Amino acid sequence: MNFGAVSAIYKAEMARFFRTLLQSFISPVISTSLYFVVFGSAIGGRIQEVEGIPYAAFIVPGLVMLSVMTQATSNASFAIYFPKFIGTMYEYLSAPISFFEVTLGFVGAAATKALFIGLVILATATLFVDLTILHPVSMLAFLILTCVSFSLLGFIIGIWAKNFEQLQLIPLLVITPLVFLGGSFYSISMLPPAWQIVTRFNPVVYLISGFRWSFFGQADVPIGVSLLAISGFTALCLGIIWLIFRTGWRIRS
Amino acid sequence: MPPIVSVKDLTKTYPGGFTALSGVSLDIEEGEIIALLGPNGAGKTTLISAICGITMPSGGTIEVGGHDVVRDYRRARDLIGLVPQEIALEPFSTVWNNVRFTRGLFDRPRDDAYLEGLLRDLSLWDKRDAKVMELSGGMKRRVLIAKALSHGPRVLFLDEPTAGVDVELRKDMWRVVERLREEGVTIILTTHYIEEAEAIADRIGVISRGRIMLVERTEELMRRLGKKELRIELSEPVGPLPDGLRRDGLERAADGQALIYTYDTHAERTGITALLADLQASGLQLADLSTSNSSLEEIFVGLVKEDGQ
Repeated sequence: MNFGAVSAIYKAEMARFFRTLLQSFISPVISTSLYFVVFGSAIGGRIQEVEGIPYAAFIVPGLVMLSVMTQATSNASFAIYFPKFIGTMYEYLSAPISFFEVTLGFVGAAATKALFIGLVILATATLFVDLTILHPVSMLAFLILTCVSFSLLGFIIGIWAKNFEQLQLIPLLVITPLVFLGGSFYSISMLPPAWQIVTRFNPVVYLISGFRWSFFGQADVPIGVSLLAISGFTALCLGIIWLIFRTGWRIRS
Repeated sequence: MPPIVSVKDLTKTYPGGFTALSGVSLDIEEGEIIALLGPNGAGKTTLISAICGITMPSGGTIEVGGHDVVRDYRRARDLIGLVPQEIALEPFSTVWNNVRFTRGLFDRPRDDAYLEGLLRDLSLWDKRDAKVMELSGGMKRRVLIAKALSHGPRVLFLDEPTAGVDVELRKDMWRVVERLREEGVTIILTTHYIEEAEAIADRIGVISRGRIMLVERTEELMRRLGKKELRIELSEPVGPLPDGLRRDGLERAADGQALIYTYDTHAERTGITALLADLQASGLQLADLSTSNSSLEEIFVGLVKEDGQ
């Protein structure tokens, strides 16, 4: 195991994050505050409660997940696309490192950034609502697993993308809709029965449900199913990455 | 001693069907400097890319330091430093961090003194805290070299190192290469400049259309190149050479219409004066005289042309 390489990649990626720390920090804080103003105060004033939880508090887990998923995906996809774009990919290919080490360095850094942003949003949320976290360990585990799995997804997108447009395409067309339709701002039980079944095919539902359970002890799907879903998703992404490196697809000519 | 780099029957066909290398075999001895010459698109960069792990070979085997570059890639690549042809660097990071990063990729412990020496050798020390994007093209090329040397490789690949490089950098670079040679580092470089290959390489290989046309010791190649031919056209065909004319290097052309004298331009005496005096004495009538030489350039062009036909 080449730990030196993992640490070199991780540090270089984190350095990029710290170079733009202010942007990384301010934009999630502002967007979260906006969500609270719009959903929490304006709409929440009419909805009052969802499943016995004040609406403003109910949306916190969904808000955190929304940002964490999009940030993890875009961070990781950009991180691996950038060396392809500027031509420094040769360094990773000619160094004595395995696909696992490259992935660990890049995904580790992207997941760290996403986790940091997730925690910042959580902290921001406490300024607007009273939050009690019923199962803190489970909350952290879900948060970290989501950071890792969506960073893996972003990593795949970054390798796949041939230009900046494609880099934006998947997050915009797939992830954002899935998150919005995944019960970020409502309970699945509020939907008509037919749509409840359709929603079961949305993987994000399981993540948000499990995450919300960690806060309030209530979930749309059993917590075990949520854990299984996110573990399966992580394994799937890892498998795809392993295949990519094995075949050299879009990396090694 | 086994070769440090051993390429056997290497072929590379790209998915589009283009064959960049067809059956290349090449052994490189430890500590030598070998120059690969060839026109653009000959396959020089593909060969280097295959050895370094950037391109996957379609067939054949490559070993570096006795390690197969595919199966035992860690140990093989551990020995290799690569200076690519195109300038590609992380623009937002400093020179120092760029070089340290590469050292990290090769799992070497931090050694600031070594990197300082490296940057000083390449006149980069003053620029160590500058961001790469602020540097000139020549400076960026120096950074590429520093990165390739950051982990102390045993085999260094320089892909067109002097293309578009000013005199100052070229001098610096050859000084570094000279020092590496003394340390026993094997150096493989590709170049368009034949004089450069002559000046620095122990051996010269010529590549054309994905095949190695020739690999020869530089001095042998130069000896062959240093020869000139004097062609003496005669008014009347001549039979066997008269005794007074017989000497080393003089031959009768097949039809007897000409004599061909091969001589060494570097020799103290070429023997031309004596030959001309003896010719006059023999009574042969000269119709014309011409000389031609075979430079590396000509051999090179000749080989490539032959191959093209």
